[in-house]
Amino acid sequence: MIEPAGPKQGEETDEIVKKVKFKVLRFDPSTTPSPRVDSFEVPVKKGTTVLDALHYIKENLDGSLAWRFSCRMGVCGSCGMFINGFPRLACNTQVLELESDVIDLKPLPNFDTIRDLVPDLSVLFEKHRSVRPFTLRKDMAELDNPSGEFFQTTEELERYLQFAYCIKCGLCMAACPTVATDRRYLGPQSLTQAHRYNVDSRDEGRTERKDIALGPHGAFSCHFAGACSEACPKGVDPAFAIQLMKRDAFKGSLGLLRKQKASAVAPKLTSAKRLEGVPEAPKRTV
Amino acid sequence: MQDSGFRKNQLGLMGWLSGGRYGVERYAYTLHRLTGLAILAYFLLHILVSSSRALGEGAWNTVMGYLDSPVFRVGEFLVYLAFAYHALNGIRLVATELGFFLGVPRQPVFPYSNSVKRQRPVLIVVMVVAAIIVILGGVDFLRAFPGE
Amino acid sequence: MRTRESTLWTWHLIAGAVILVLLGIHMFIMHLGDFFGTVNGDVLAFSSVMERSKDAAFAVIYVLLLGAALYHGLYGLRTIIFELNISERAERVVSTLIVLAGVALFLIGAYGTIAVYGARAGV
Repeated sequence: MIEPAGPKQGEETDEIVKKVKFKVLRFDPSTTPSPRVDSFEVPVKKGTTVLDALHYIKENLDGSLAWRFSCRMGVCGSCGMFINGFPRLACNTQVLELESDVIDLKPLPNFDTIRDLVPDLSVLFEKHRSVRPFTLRKDMAELDNPSGEFFQTTEELERYLQFAYCIKCGLCMAACPTVATDRRYLGPQSLTQAHRYNVDSRDEGRTERKDIALGPHGAFSCHFAGACSEACPKGVDPAFAIQLMKRDAFKGSLGLLRKQKASAVAPKLTSAKRLEGVPEAPKRTV
Repeated sequence: MQDSGFRKNQLGLMGWLSGGRYGVERYAYTLHRLTGLAILAYFLLHILVSSSRALGEGAWNTVMGYLDSPVFRVGEFLVYLAFAYHALNGIRLVATELGFFLGVPRQPVFPYSNSVKRQRPVLIVVMVVAAIIVILGGVDFLRAFPGE
Repeated sequence: MRTRESTLWTWHLIAGAVILVLLGIHMFIMHLGDFFGTVNGDVLAFSSVMERSKDAAFAVIYVLLLGAALYHGLYGLRTIIFELNISERAERVVSTLIVLAGVALFLIGAYGTIAVYGARAGV
């Protein structure tokens, strides 16, 4: 007989380890225009995340508490907030791992607060758009009507893959000291995406991005404080991307940046023979 | 955006000094700025002071006499400390901002490594060298102090 | 593939490297000279200063160090000010003031060095 997974009879896994005090900064432009701190006692089990605790508060203690969440598994980037002095995803943060009886919850800094723990991320998305985070090529017709795949070696992929893991959660922007003072600074998120596309072998848009990414309030306002990479929940390492972009800019200033040929389109196979019994592909719908 | 009722939440200058519980590099950055400003302030005065040699021995000796007090000597040593930190941290910044000691881009696998952690040994090495320079300068400073 | 900011920043790094070398030499002369017997007596006495000033190598080193240090320091100051969320117009004003201050201080310092070199070396 196969033993089912899970707790054996008599084994307690649902036990409450302790009660933790959550101090949440509240703000509501219509009812609480001046922010105040509300305290809630939340029973915490092994595996309770801050997101679980917020749900407990809303369901049992104060239904007016507002925050953003979605996937609850660290891939959507919605639940970023300032937890005990560090920007984290609420769903990715175990209450017990914080090793404290008091948890301080504040909305993500360096973004306007809409209400309670909800930041206004529209500035993040505007800055992201401004670096043109998509493949730009001379043959845009090919991008609009693709005739085949682009060649790309594993080495070429490794040059940018890490930076493509960004989930646009904004934790890096909350951590960055330059974003703290300079409203116009692009910030680690968009600069990393600019670099991600610059070194993508399929892209030829480096020149188009340089005025924004390497202009005033661009990459040179980064001074390698490294807090962005510390805060990133997906291991994107934005600080690394920005330093690599600065290295390319340095070489470019001295005329030492070699122009790379963009990936070619892989030609369609013309001499392949269809095997017996393999049906034709369906017609293109786009 | 005040008109929409959103609350501003910029950390401002506090974001340079603290802003959260981050690694040492974030504070190394703030210290680099402070030392840079201190050195710049000293430097601007230094240009004016040392250019007085072009105005003859009288002018030179007047200026040097004015600067010979313990306050200025200690101040000079503080600038020297600032310079030791700024120069050595600057070496680390030039190297890392040009991509050295940061490793290579790699697929993120939990627990994540990052370039900041990978370059930390460089920070430790430059700080040790800075400490040596401070000690050497301290010896010279203390030698000059008594009996002046 | 360059922008104005990337060129300014590149020169900031190069100036930093130049300062490292030349300021190191300056520190050596001013503070470690008597360890190695390069300077006799009080390094700050007028006669000692003048003795060094007639050397062309010193004049060149000091003028280069002055230029590099002024550029490096004032670019740093500009960067700090620009990150304090000032308006675009204020940015232009600050840039102009910094350039003027830099040029003025360079002329003062360079004059100090070259005039003395000219006088002592009998040029």
